[in-house]
Amino acid sequence: MSIKEYRTASEVRGGLILVRDTPGVAFGDRVRISDGRGGTRDGQVIRASNEEVMILVFEGTDDLDLEAVWVRFLDEPVEIALSPEILGRELNGLGEPRDGRPPILSHIRRAVGGAAINPAARSYPREFIQTGISTIDGLNSLVRGQKLPIFSGSGLPHNRLAAQIVRQAKLKDEDSSFSIVFAAMGVSYADAKFFRDEFASSGVLRNVVMFVNLADDPPVERLTLPRTALTVAEYLAYDLDRHVLVVMTDMTYYAEALREVATAKGDVPARKGYPGYLYSDLAEIYERCGRIHERHGSITMMPVVSMPSDDITHPIPDLTGYITEGQIVLSRELHNQGIYPPVHISPSLSRLMKDGIGKDDTREDHPKVAAQLYALYARALETRNLASIIGADELSERDRRYLKFADDFDQRFVGQGEAEDRSIEATLNLAWELISAFPRDSLTRLSETELAKYYQGND
Amino acid sequence: MPMSERNNQGFVRIINGPIVTIDLPGIRSGEQVKIGELGLVGEVISLNGREATVQTYESTDGVRPGEPAEGLGWPLSVELGPGLLGGIFDGIQRPLEKIALQSGDYIRRGLALPGLDRERQWAFEPNPELEPGKPIGPGSVLGSVQETETILHKILVPPGLEGELTELAPAGDYEIEATIGHLRDRQGHSHRLKLFHRWPVRKPRPYRRRDDGISPLITGQRVIDSFFPQLKGGKGAVPGPFGAGKTVVQQQIARWSNADIVIYVGCGERGNELVDVLESFPQLEDPYTGRKLMEKTLLVANTSNMPVVAREASIYVGLTMAEYYRDMGYDVVMLADSTSRWAEALREVSGRLGQMPVEEGYPAYLSSRLAAVYERAGRVETYDAGPGSVTLIGAVSPPGGDFSEPVTSHTKDIIETFWALSKELADARHYPSIDWVTSFSAHVHAAAEWWHKEVDRRWEARRTQSLALLARDAELSRIVNLVGPEALSDAQRWQLEGAALIKEGVLQQSALDEVDTFCSPQKQFALLDLALSIYDKGMTLIELGVPVSHLQDLPQLAKARRCKSMYNSDQVASITALTRETEDAFEAIRLEYAKQHSDD
Ligand SMILES: Nc1ncnc2c1ncn2[C@@H]1O[C@H](COP(=O)(O)OP(=O)(O)O)[C@@H](O)[C@H]1O
Ligand SMILES: [Mg+2]
Repeated sequence: MSIKEYRTASEVRGGLILVRDTPGVAFGDRVRISDGRGGTRDGQVIRASNEEVMILVFEGTDDLDLEAVWVRFLDEPVEIALSPEILGRELNGLGEPRDGRPPILSHIRRAVGGAAINPAARSYPREFIQTGISTIDGLNSLVRGQKLPIFSGSGLPHNRLAAQIVRQAKLKDEDSSFSIVFAAMGVSYADAKFFRDEFASSGVLRNVVMFVNLADDPPVERLTLPRTALTVAEYLAYDLDRHVLVVMTDMTYYAEALREVATAKGDVPARKGYPGYLYSDLAEIYERCGRIHERHGSITMMPVVSMPSDDITHPIPDLTGYITEGQIVLSRELHNQGIYPPVHISPSLSRLMKDGIGKDDTREDHPKVAAQLYALYARALETRNLASIIGADELSERDRRYLKFADDFDQRFVGQGEAEDRSIEATLNLAWELISAFPRDSLTRLSETELAKYYQGND
Repeated sequence: MPMSERNNQGFVRIINGPIVTIDLPGIRSGEQVKIGELGLVGEVISLNGREATVQTYESTDGVRPGEPAEGLGWPLSVELGPGLLGGIFDGIQRPLEKIALQSGDYIRRGLALPGLDRERQWAFEPNPELEPGKPIGPGSVLGSVQETETILHKILVPPGLEGELTELAPAGDYEIEATIGHLRDRQGHSHRLKLFHRWPVRKPRPYRRRDDGISPLITGQRVIDSFFPQLKGGKGAVPGPFGAGKTVVQQQIARWSNADIVIYVGCGERGNELVDVLESFPQLEDPYTGRKLMEKTLLVANTSNMPVVAREASIYVGLTMAEYYRDMGYDVVMLADSTSRWAEALREVSGRLGQMPVEEGYPAYLSSRLAAVYERAGRVETYDAGPGSVTLIGAVSPPGGDFSEPVTSHTKDIIETFWALSKELADARHYPSIDWVTSFSAHVHAAAEWWHKEVDRRWEARRTQSLALLARDAELSRIVNLVGPEALSDAQRWQLEGAALIKEGVLQQSALDEVDTFCSPQKQFALLDLALSIYDKGMTLIELGVPVSHLQDLPQLAKARRCKSMYNSDQVASITALTRETEDAFEAIRLEYAKQHSDD
């Protein structure tokens, strides 16, 4: 079919254009729009009939003059060209260069929309990744192929934490590093620069593909950006056999862009104006991560989600948590006390930890140590709460021990240096040191054998 | 209009995501439609003059107006016959393992694969009670094949057929398409009977009558069986915010319940959770039969990244297969994780149709559809295979963990057991995080009869006592949080201690603990009795004046907390021995104390 060109744009609203009398245009196809003043924009068909098609314009519809607009249907889906040269590049949401270098040329082109992985083709992620961060490795372990987001809030050090993880992440006893796909959506210039400098100074830049859409770039482009980035991640993982770590920041801006377009389309809102399909839409992105039978590469994902007003029940963190395999939650309270990384372990979770830790993976005492630390900390937080009401002096000796534990845990286990790369052994040994402040009989999550081997207390 | 006269070819008019409008006069509501060059399958959901609105089970990317649309003449149906168990199917019953062989790691669109294997041979044994000339009807057992080591698959006459058996094949190996018998109906038409038949998923399969028999579904999970029991044929819900443990509860039931057949429907949830089942069940042993769990399990998977319309269908596909095994006289449990994703799929389609939303975007028919789904659970007298049951347990994923949202609140009105998961408990790693205050079961009295007969006459009393103690604990904790622990009497502190014993020694049960992951009813009661015996005996001592600090650090308390992981379900005697030992220890303290006081 030849490329069709039309001047019949009939309506423009909020990132959308309607074009009339356009027979045979395929749903989902890519569109090029010329604004009549020499500029072009890209779009995608999101509703098709012979009488009228609706087009989503990635660069937005500001300043478009209906009379002057020309629309060309390119008769192909939104695609990206792929070659090993892509490593080290900085691209936009459509895969076009942002680094002033020539476009990627390749005969390998893939539609960015992707397809669903057959669950029967997946294999269960089990390989422990050491991040060097105690609250993650010890209590919420990350495994290869997992999607584990960082839930954060404005002003919290999620970028520093993500960068530290990128620097330190490795398989235990192996220093094969990751290829990094970095996807920035709606972030500030400073944040993007922070990551670019980070990658440069840690010498990994040659192993990074950056996709960048800044706060002042068109929001609609954020809708394809993570898909383009993941198409590249899939290429690196499954064509080039690499282990890929995808860092995406900030999913909240992605979801806001989606809401903007949904509102313009007139979709029925579910909660807080977000469309009902936000869940499925996010899942299409997050579920592209994982491990596949007989494939050497893998995709591990660490999205950053900033919680509007620090509210974990807000639809974006909420729906993310329903899809991802756990979450690392940052706390403003810990941050204000100067504790870095301010990981609040209670709401944090790694769902894939169970098969990645223990005897053959980390150390045999790891699962029970984690359970015991959680139990002690839960009780310690209750005690801290009680102390704030009735005063620490009123506490029993038993309770005072918990109070002290809460502080030690925050300072020593949670808190660590930004350059401090703790081995999992160091993390577990530190855990035993803290646990041993309690009498043996109160440590009922640990087995007698584990206590005999590691307990350092005096009774 | 008979099929032959009807024009079943039309064309695509409008593509709006998964909703496609076609021009095809004469098509019926509910009929399957093949769309476009790719042959994407969909289902007619509304009619308007020449036009029909179709929801497609696959992405419509690349479909153009003007492409062909073909009516297939039948509604969404599944194949029912041997070869379902051990398999994993997508939301419209396509076998995912075969799809992987054909289309690789990603699911290609437009694949038309039947649910059942056409080539595999099954050893058929005819029903010895049947012979030509005998009257047969819907659900009559024609014979059987051994589907897996444990499951005898009965070959049933499809509902809707009735008449006289004119021919029945001898024992032998047959493919599912082979004719194994003939039936002549009242009009004299002859029908071929095969090892399988088709059934439209949106239509409940018929049975003789509802059956009121009572038998608990034992799940091996203490907080469920001993506190909020479920019956076979019951309907239950597991609501909870993300990370609270809905999936683990459902997987534990799939692993350890005393159902004959398990159908696990992953509806809009994670791919890796199904992989977990697929990889672990072939290794795990069924505690009741000693055989591998996968032999009695089948999975339906529409993961969150798979098309949303097939998500809506997946629940019905699962239910129809569940009813089919019920009709063979089996107790089936179906787990639906999550019904909220099913409801959201309804919402999405209704939104695209421009229907008026009533609450949070959901259409007005949400509650009636939900009720109709749960109504397919139940215990029935089958036509020819004795009693059978379908227990339906649905996870509910309320946005923001808010139980007042539409899906949770409507579900709560429909179900009989409500296992409410609490974020606070989960955050404190108290698993399963089933909240004993907000959860309920309508089956406590019915279950009590069974427990009293099979396990111990004190079951209901012990259960009530524990719940009262836990309620007291909540009250006292509030006081402590106002004025501090010093304000409590020794007896009150012992009550806190008793509640802690119940929580840690009985309610908490880690799915990851090899010993404790499954707990037999006998072990459940022994642990409960152990905790309460300690509490009761301790309370007697405190009433005599023994200070609570004498009791709090007794090694027996730590033992009672660890007991669940020290002894498995075959070692209940060791737990009862510990109970006696503890009683003796308390008795010794009492004597000691009495002696001291008489000395004074
Ligand atoms: N009974 C249990 N025993 C041990 N761990 C549990 C249990 N229930 C939940 N968990 C933990 O909580 C995590 C989340 O549980 P899951 O069932 O996946 O939550 P949900 O389905 O409600 O989001 C699991 O990965 C596991 O670590
Ligand atoms: Mg779940």
